[in-house]
Amino acid sequence: MNDEVSSNVMVLAEHTGMQVSEGTYELIGKARELASALGGVTEVVLLGRRAVAARLDGADIVVSVEHPALEEYLPEAYEQALLEVLAQRSPRLLLMSNATIGLDLGAALSVRWDAPLAGYVSALEIDGGAVMATAKILGGKVLAEVELPGERGIVTVLGGAFSAAAGQLASTPEVVDVTPPAGLDALRMSLRQVFEADGGDVDISSADMLVSVGRGIESQDNMEIVLELAGALGVPLSASRPVVDAGWLPKTRQVGQSGLKVKPKVYLAFGISGAPEHLEGMRNAELIIACNTDPGAPIFGVAHCGTTVDLFDLVPELVDKIRG
Amino acid sequence: MRIVVPVKSVPDLVEEIELTADETGIDREYLTFVLSEWDAQALEEALLLKDAGGAQVVAVGLADDPEIDQILYTALAKGADAAVKIADASVAGLSGPRVIRTADRAALLAGYLADQPADLVVTGVQAADDLDGQLPATLAALLDLPHVSVAVSVVAAGGSVTVRQEFAAGRSHELQVQLPAVIGVQSARQAPRYAPITRIRQAQQAGGLTEVAVSPRAAGAGLVVRRMHRPEAGGHAEMLTGSAGNVADQIVGLLRARGLVKG
Repeated sequence: MNDEVSSNVMVLAEHTGMQVSEGTYELIGKARELASALGGVTEVVLLGRRAVAARLDGADIVVSVEHPALEEYLPEAYEQALLEVLAQRSPRLLLMSNATIGLDLGAALSVRWDAPLAGYVSALEIDGGAVMATAKILGGKVLAEVELPGERGIVTVLGGAFSAAAGQLASTPEVVDVTPPAGLDALRMSLRQVFEADGGDVDISSADMLVSVGRGIESQDNMEIVLELAGALGVPLSASRPVVDAGWLPKTRQVGQSGLKVKPKVYLAFGISGAPEHLEGMRNAELIIACNTDPGAPIFGVAHCGTTVDLFDLVPELVDKIRG
Repeated sequence: MRIVVPVKSVPDLVEEIELTADETGIDREYLTFVLSEWDAQALEEALLLKDAGGAQVVAVGLADDPEIDQILYTALAKGADAAVKIADASVAGLSGPRVIRTADRAALLAGYLADQPADLVVTGVQAADDLDGQLPATLAALLDLPHVSVAVSVVAAGGSVTVRQEFAAGRSHELQVQLPAVIGVQSARQAPRYAPITRIRQAQQAGGLTEVAVSPRAAGAGLVVRRMHRPEAGGHAEMLTGSAGNVADQIVGLLRARGLVKG
């Protein structure tokens, strides 16, 4: 146990097998900047496959824990291993993704490591030694500027908030091995099966254009009008999470953090407010045209063109004009 | 099996969000509050567990949450067996215009669950106003229970549950989790059921909300909110105006220019 807090900034690496997530590099890039401001170095925690260390060359130090329970992501195993690493390394700050693993572990580590947590973070800086974060809350409608008081903190970061290139450098990190804690042999959960993505009928991530629909469509019956538009254009219909959760379209059509990332030439968004999780999946489309009756909808923050005309008036007009 | 479903209300995001005068919180006075959408999914998953194997489902809210009575009566109308309101006056600083911190909410719920243990706690994976973390993991850590978030299916299997946990791009894991446990639900196996207004009225007339006082667990270190503000309106979007027909013409023009619509 190391009681002295370092000035180091730690990142939890997310990897599937040998593949490191894009978000991990985004966090490493930011961690380097923060560590430099704090006078520390960047540490990356690598749970499971030590061989992945070779792909974490933006790190100064890779902290590796190997154990059979860490082969694939398992919440309780990751939590125990991370608590051991935090106790031994005492970083100033731990950065995690605000996706499944961050939602799973961030708040639990906040309690068990006794450190404040800021979630949904889109900007992060050191201001006079204090850690300042900007969080996107209430579906992206409010930005909260918060300080993480005390000597250590945890931040879960929205995907796409920082540059991934800044986390990919040609250097050779030092690898430090941490002995797996005994708790890993007495877990209260086990992994039974891994399911890869289900291909579905249409691959929305390879389409040139998408007609995408959100909560503003209001009901399953109304889906007919956007289906008609997608049919007239000859392109797939995709959706934001609420439409999929309601069962109006299959999961394979969902755009966003828990769905697919898409980069079509044109993304037509109808009745999508633009929660950060959705924007993460489509913000790199070449041309985003958004239709939402709320002029304050966050979707207009990433759209190239927008309109507040009601989708129920606009979509039938579009169908008529496209059909000629 | 006793399943506790913590539920909360959040501002209806369809409306404009008002901030307090000191810009460190949201002003609850003029906002409409609705059941958090993820809690609606969690309640549905709990009711599906009840349908499958005869569990007892208890919906639990905080008395200080706006619209909580309506939310709890609706839960009863949908099939919950009991509804409980936790009186939170014992925790200083919780009332007033600010949103209750997730850490404080978890501290109260942990106090309740210490008195009235559950085999399974099922709640929304997150809420729109979360800032200092999410309820499921906070609560589980306070109670030292195993927990899984971003669940899309929870099925009872003897003294454990089989949970499907979802990751980006459609990957998922199936986990076996020993009970008692806390599960954060992303979406239920089916869309949340509908409660007819007549049944909600019946639940209201029957009363049936129990109010309890609890001793909260100690909440952890918190954030200091320096300022809240709205993002710049409109961002960089060029706004297309005119009648629906005019706007449609402009959009079709943009698509034609890219060769995506013929003619």
